[in-house]
Amino acid sequence: MSLDILLQHLANGISQGSLYALIAIGYTMVYGILRLINFAHGEIFMMATYFAFFGIATFGMPWYVVFILAILLTGLLGMSAERVAYRPLRDAPKISILISAIGVSYLIQNLAIVLFSGRPKAFPQIEFFTRMFTVGNVRIQALTIVIPIVTAVLLAVLIYLINHTKNGIAMRAVAKDHETAKLMGIDVNKTIALTFGIGSMLAAVGGIMWGLKFPNILPTMGIMPGLKCFIAAVLGGIGSISGAVIGGFILGLGEILLVAFFQNLTGYRDAFAFVLLILILLFKPTGIMGEKISEKV
Amino acid sequence: MKNKKNIYTLISIALVILFLLLANSFFDSYQIRILNLCAIYVVLGLSMNLINGFTGLFSLGHAGFMAVGAYTTAILTMPIAAKEANYFMTPLVSPLNNMVWPFLPALIMGGLLSAVAAFIIGAPALRLKGDYLAIATLGFGEIIRILITNAQSLTNGALGLKSIPNTTNIWWSFGIAAATTVIMILLINSSYGRAFKAIREDEIAAENMGINLFKHKMLAFVIGAFFAGIGGGLLGNLLGTVDPNMFKFTLTFNILFVIVLGGMGSITGTIISAFIVTISMEVLRFLDAPINLGFITIPGITGMRMVVYSLLLIIVIIYFRQGLMGTREFSWDSVIALIKKAPFKKGGAK
Repeated sequence: MSLDILLQHLANGISQGSLYALIAIGYTMVYGILRLINFAHGEIFMMATYFAFFGIATFGMPWYVVFILAILLTGLLGMSAERVAYRPLRDAPKISILISAIGVSYLIQNLAIVLFSGRPKAFPQIEFFTRMFTVGNVRIQALTIVIPIVTAVLLAVLIYLINHTKNGIAMRAVAKDHETAKLMGIDVNKTIALTFGIGSMLAAVGGIMWGLKFPNILPTMGIMPGLKCFIAAVLGGIGSISGAVIGGFILGLGEILLVAFFQNLTGYRDAFAFVLLILILLFKPTGIMGEKISEKV
Repeated sequence: MKNKKNIYTLISIALVILFLLLANSFFDSYQIRILNLCAIYVVLGLSMNLINGFTGLFSLGHAGFMAVGAYTTAILTMPIAAKEANYFMTPLVSPLNNMVWPFLPALIMGGLLSAVAAFIIGAPALRLKGDYLAIATLGFGEIIRILITNAQSLTNGALGLKSIPNTTNIWWSFGIAAATTVIMILLINSSYGRAFKAIREDEIAAENMGINLFKHKMLAFVIGAFFAGIGGGLLGNLLGTVDPNMFKFTLTFNILFVIVLGGMGSITGTIISAFIVTISMEVLRFLDAPINLGFITIPGITGMRMVVYSLLLIIVIIYFRQGLMGTREFSWDSVIALIKKAPFKKGGAK
């Protein structure tokens, strides 16, 4: 393999990893605050792609307007899923909330099949993102560069929000202890809703860029990225935002390089993430950046 | 009193057999197929309930275990000619290609292989708890499916298998459902069953009582997978075709709905809800078909059935978390008490 091809794969791996990172952050935030795997996260990501698709293809609005609208709508969707299906179960056993999350994921997916039909749709190509650049002998699509930049900017904003704003402090407090946070005058429900909103909006950014990168969109497209990004979150240490980003990059790069180096393993590409999950759970269950949590009796 | 209850039980078993006899000769093939599916869902529901309901391990790998069972049974029972027709891309590996087993040994083999798969999966995964276990088992189920898709010379890959002998009939499916039920009842009421329930209620307390957590979790997991494999084998030989796409997460979701509706940790609840869910899945098909109200025709919406279905799951879990039976079981005492109490209910006396 020549250096150029290797660089090409690396570029692809980095942009894939950034997409995974964006979606993994949503998982990690929700898990950090509610100790819940939001199974519906992959479906929320899928809906964002459809919102953007309809905004551009059906209503013909300019893409930057559509993207902002789609991100806001997706945030709203995530918050309403939390309001309807998770909030009533706040004091229920964990298994109930998990089943409810699976139910929501299924509901959104099937609703999408009913509303948008199960046939794949072609995500509109936007010239701004599809332009090709040539760096040395490596040809790179503008999108491949835009994705990591967007991810880095959003990450910086998110870290600022969490560390330096009142809402961010509230979020960290709720994640530590719901009861004590309530005693300190924090509106727990509002904070959790906000977490879902932010997580879903990040997933929306990921979804839209996913649509640009892989223009074939269909209602079941959220399942695999959803599962993989959860794995990325576990890999990095669930509950830690920088961990989710690291996990996303390891997963994205690993997948691309695996297929690049071992071409006959292409069929097993989707299994790679799961094997990684099992390995990390066996050897370091708290993940790369995770803290050790001891169980209270 | 004990005698009386035994007589009641015998009478109801006789009634069920009579019903099956009548059904077998008077129902059309579609209705018989639904009955078969009901019985298979009883097997599957019970096997998942052992893991999820009684032992409290949230496992989502059921579709994977079913796939192992279904493929094993299908490959072992398929006539040689059908094998040659199926494997036209790459021939089936050597000893299997001219080997035809009778149905029952093939089913048991399917169950055993699925149990072996569960043992291999359980060794690392059962160290995990709660939602980590859920994701790990879900991942393993998915890995099994990917392996099946790629093992062309063993499973015929993505093409799947066709013209599997339709051996599953009412007697097979209900016989195995009955056997599974009896085994589950014996297991749950044994010391192992009590250990399972103790683990479900509180792992740390159970461990302090001297229960070997890993051993018991593994036992529940392996037995559950064994019956899942048998259920899968029955399903494959009922439908006549299997392919990797059948064993996606949707299948696990259906079984999960059965045990949630019936009550996690109730055998009779699972049996009742297996029938309710399977039959209502068929009844709800009208949602996908065009509806003619005489003066107006609503065009059929494909997928509406699954929307209603997932809505029902959310409603059940939010408002009726215990399901139909909770952790209670059916008993003649409660039925008799119900009948005896009924006349007083109207009068309002207690």
